[in-house]
Amino acid sequence: MNKLYIFLKYFFIVVWTVFVVAPFLWALTTSFKDFQSVNGGVTYIPWVDFEPNLEGWKVLIKSPAKGGVDIIEPYFNSLFVTCTASLISIILGTLSAYALSRYTFKAGFVKNNDITFFFISQRIMPPIVLSIPFFLFLSSINLLDSLTGLIVVYIVLLMPIAVWIMVDFFNKVPREIDETALIDGCNPYQAFLKVVLPNSIPGLIVAGMFCIIFGWIDFFFAFILTFTEVQLLPVKIVALNSSVTPWWSLSASALVSVAPLIIVAFIVERYLSKGNLSGAIK
Amino acid sequence: MDLVANNLSYKPDDQYHLNEVSFNFKEGNLYTILGRTLSGKTTLLKTIAGLLTPDSGEIEFDGKNFLKIPVWERNVAMVYQQFINYPHLNVFENVAFPLKQRKIDQSVINEKVMDALNSVGLVGYEKRKIQELSGGQQQRVSLARSLVKNAKILLLDEPLVNLDYKLREQLRDEFKNLFSKGLADETILIYSTTDPRETMELNGEVIVLDEGKVLQVGPAKEIFENPNSLKVAEISNDPPMNIIEAKISDNQIRFEGIDVEAPQHLSKLTEDGLKIGLRSSDIELNENGHEFEVELAEISGSETLLHLKRGYTKIIVSIEEVLNFKIHDKVKINFKIDRAYAFHADGKLASSPFGGLNG
Repeated sequence: MNKLYIFLKYFFIVVWTVFVVAPFLWALTTSFKDFQSVNGGVTYIPWVDFEPNLEGWKVLIKSPAKGGVDIIEPYFNSLFVTCTASLISIILGTLSAYALSRYTFKAGFVKNNDITFFFISQRIMPPIVLSIPFFLFLSSINLLDSLTGLIVVYIVLLMPIAVWIMVDFFNKVPREIDETALIDGCNPYQAFLKVVLPNSIPGLIVAGMFCIIFGWIDFFFAFILTFTEVQLLPVKIVALNSSVTPWWSLSASALVSVAPLIIVAFIVERYLSKGNLSGAIK
Repeated sequence: MDLVANNLSYKPDDQYHLNEVSFNFKEGNLYTILGRTLSGKTTLLKTIAGLLTPDSGEIEFDGKNFLKIPVWERNVAMVYQQFINYPHLNVFENVAFPLKQRKIDQSVINEKVMDALNSVGLVGYEKRKIQELSGGQQQRVSLARSLVKNAKILLLDEPLVNLDYKLREQLRDEFKNLFSKGLADETILIYSTTDPRETMELNGEVIVLDEGKVLQVGPAKEIFENPNSLKVAEISNDPPMNIIEAKISDNQIRFEGIDVEAPQHLSKLTEDGLKIGLRSSDIELNENGHEFEVELAEISGSETLLHLKRGYTKIIVSIEEVLNFKIHDKVKINFKIDRAYAFHADGKLASSPFGGLNG
């Protein structure tokens, strides 16, 4: 019984690992192939099945004049926009969420829940609906085709996620903890910074992760709101497509664009396995 | 340094949480706020701490308007019924937190924290995480954190209610020790509870609170012996005092076909609607007594609580041993009638065996 269990356990782990890893291996090998190797049937093992070359990767760093797409600048643009927007969204979102969780707001029929819903409702509309006002808004303040403009728009898109996650999280932190901090001599700001925030790290990590993911994968707004001056990675990758689908450079760009998310996932996983995500607050 | 409140009222919704509450607490004394759940005990403590602002009324401490001082400058300490500590800090850091907030020298902090941990019996646990402690230990940590501050006002909000029976007994004894050692002569200790036994054991000045209103104030003994109304008699007894609708005539207390000779302190009460109050411990099983039917028998600790019925009269009898009864069994009981109370139809005390308002 026990042996069967162990066998089944490892069997499923192996199957699942193959399932998860295979696409990455496929992309990795494809990125080193040329036209011949891609169309020459199923091949996996470099130097045996096919002759690897770096053409697919070189395209990503060559300037357009030399027939490449040069994703280096868009890559760092994307990193910068995503990280800045996520950071600002987390800060603003956490502060708003704390206020919404702890204080009662009333303006006519508008109460706390309505305000929270207002934030979430920003994510209900299809992007195309938002794109028109965003475009007009950015063009009126001369921020079209700029990193700042993109950051502003991304904050609008990411902050609701942060608010949503953190309101829920703060609601689960007993109010008595804040009150005890006040009684122990903290003013409300100190109570928030010294007591509530350190106990909310799990929530902050989850919110941060979602912000980074949603910021990093956005194509639509990056496409609509930028032209030539500034470009983000997803938009640039699309430029790879031509009459002949360049599987090798598509694979290479897929790998580089998923890399930051994998790193984020590993960091979170590390944190998770230390048991820090659960049990901080009962 | 007295803590004086005048007509505190707080009505956040359509019910009063505090209704014209006034008191005068003197330093060096223990005050017990006794009331059922939702009677306003926590609201009152939070108002004193400054976490709630009353709709009307005043609080003065040391001659200063307390309501104008924010919580973090009031120098109060509070222990909640939930075990509230800072989960991200270990035991030592938890207790040290209020002192660090005052920017005291680290060596002084170390000394005071160890003192406080010593007085709650948690030496050796300094490095533990809060989550690794049992409920009782967590409550000791929050007690230590409130002691370490040397606060002028110490608020304990049902600190034992979430603990199991044994721990509660143990911690209650330790509390009594701590309190009797005299925390500091200038401390005002305010302890809220739903438990009449706890109230009697703590033996302080009792404030009976119900629906936000103060019903009676007095030493524990006085509340026990001379509850000024039916409500107080119910709140300050566990199980609640038995209330029997009876008539007194010809020196006899009559109810449900039973005649009991009225003791002297009740004999002159002949009005209508009189209610006789008798503690469950003042009724005993007796072969020659009056027959009642068992409705329910519950064993609690080493006690048996018998819920009895005769006609429309229902009473609870507590017996100091474990006995087994079946539902619908007939039992015979006797009333220690000389320990009976009498209340007027409006609930006010008419006469007590301890001499309150002898009729």
